Amino acid sequence: MNLRRVLRHDWPAVLLRYAALVAVVTLTVGPFLWLLSTSLKSPGENIYAQPPQWLPAEPTLANYAQVFASQPFWQYLGNSAMVAAIAVVLNVTLASLAAYPLARMEFRGRGAIFGVLLATMMVPFQLLMIPVYELAVALGLTNSTLGLVLPHACTAFGIFFMRQAFLGVPKALEEVALIEGVPRLKIWWHVLLPLVKPSLATLAVFSFVAVWGDFLWPLVLTDDPARFTLPLGVNRLASTFSMDWRLVAAGAVFSLLPILAVFVFSQRFFIEGAMKGAVKG
Amino acid sequence: MKTVAVRWRQQPPWVPVLFLVPGCALIALVVVYPALKALALSFTHFNMIQPAQAAGLDNYLALWADPFFWGALKNTLLYLAVVVPLLVTLPLGLAMLVDKALPGMAFFRAAIYLPVITSLVVSSLVWKWVYEEKGLLNHLLLASGLTDSPVAFLTDPGNALFAVMAVTVWSGLGYYMVIYLAGLQAIPRHLYEVADVEGVPRWRQWLHITVPLLKPQMAVVAVMSSIGAMKVFEEVYVMTQGGPLDATKTLVFYLYEAAFVEFEMGLAAAAGVVLFAITLVLSLVNLRLLKSPLR
Repeated sequence: MNLRRVLRHDWPAVLLRYAALVAVVTLTVGPFLWLLSTSLKSPGENIYAQPPQWLPAEPTLANYAQVFASQPFWQYLGNSAMVAAIAVVLNVTLASLAAYPLARMEFRGRGAIFGVLLATMMVPFQLLMIPVYELAVALGLTNSTLGLVLPHACTAFGIFFMRQAFLGVPKALEEVALIEGVPRLKIWWHVLLPLVKPSLATLAVFSFVAVWGDFLWPLVLTDDPARFTLPLGVNRLASTFSMDWRLVAAGAVFSLLPILAVFVFSQRFFIEGAMKGAVKG
Repeated sequence: MKTVAVRWRQQPPWVPVLFLVPGCALIALVVVYPALKALALSFTHFNMIQPAQAAGLDNYLALWADPFFWGALKNTLLYLAVVVPLLVTLPLGLAMLVDKALPGMAFFRAAIYLPVITSLVVSSLVWKWVYEEKGLLNHLLLASGLTDSPVAFLTDPGNALFAVMAVTVWSGLGYYMVIYLAGLQAIPRHLYEVADVEGVPRWRQWLHITVPLLKPQMAVVAVMSSIGAMKVFEEVYVMTQGGPLDATKTLVFYLYEAAFVEFEMGLAAAAGVVLFAITLVLSLVNLRLLKSPLR
């Protein structure tokens, strides 16, 4: 590493950069640490103490226990995980299927399909929500996992993202297989997909974040607490306990843990993947 | 080579269709059809119980005459005017901060990205807690002498909208930072080397090399952050429920209340059509304004 050289030439600038970064990170991470600290404070401790106490006087998991005792948080977690798993698998599969002809085949109507898909990305979900809700009611999908998956099962964003990935694969690899007469579906599965694995992972991670954090659609679609996902559960906590911030904080921290784990283990797909997928021009 | 080109065209027409059908049918079902349905619905009276009745332009006229709608529209436009410039500029600064081969940069990038992966409900709750009258932020402000009495962030109609905006900006910083980071790393190094040799000062290099070459990313960020700002919902729902005194009632919150509190689906659909129209115009204007001169 050329750190030593950089430091010798430019140490005030480096120091300034680190100082600025520490300030920024305090702002982005600080509120979460405050939340964590609140969730660990015992019922006897004044959470409004002035000055604020960053460390709990007697750290306790009592708030977590109370949250689990009063609400089926494990069930919320199960519901969230189930919805997310199905939605991610469907979106990654369907998007990469649809992206293949858009990236690699010539056929009539390609331009039109492309245009319509692009237009769908601009329609706010809030406009669609009423008819989609009606549709879900008609199909008997209210309070169901599949109903919650519905708007996430295939996204135009996913199709464009995978198309971009396929465009980066050299055509020659595919041409050999085509001359051999290998069917397209086999080419897709055996040639293209293995070559775009990082993009598949990135799309999976993005879809996961979107489904995991979704609030408005589950709010509209479910009224049975047994079907709630974590964001609804946390929100319910915030409205049922006349805002005992210790409990709200405990529920919020619990709902953060799974996605935090995903983030830590697949960080490179979040950041490098987003950088690769970021639109060029 | 020739045979390949021939085969390429000779494939049966149903091959691309088979690949496209599952995904596109689903998008047609949950986006295209509902969009057209919503448009149709906006010309009817419909409460989800009785069948829809034709209403002509009634809903649009009702919106026009409704001061709450205008209030919501004003709040949404103000939201855009504040949030979009911040999200186009601040993440660029952050990207420049982390775009350096120094130890710890991966950590800083991840830490700045953290709010992006957090669900908006949790982010909004975190900030509601930080914004409390006797909360952390007020303590810091009082202790540092910046204010002499606690600020009513979410309960004063003059502050609430800005406090909610801050959460939207905070949640988006990392996402747009990454887009800029990609752009920065794609700029050829030799441009800067040449400029160094010519003795061009750093700030002018930034102005004349970095900024023009980042225009495509700026366009993307501007479009995405304005679409995001138009759709803001969770922050409002969790922190203020549109209050105090409707100070934070945005277009989407208005739509939500019309649909799922008052069950006036036609009116809500009309509000949604207005929302879509504004989003579309904004996206086109943004793309036009920021069209890169150096492509």
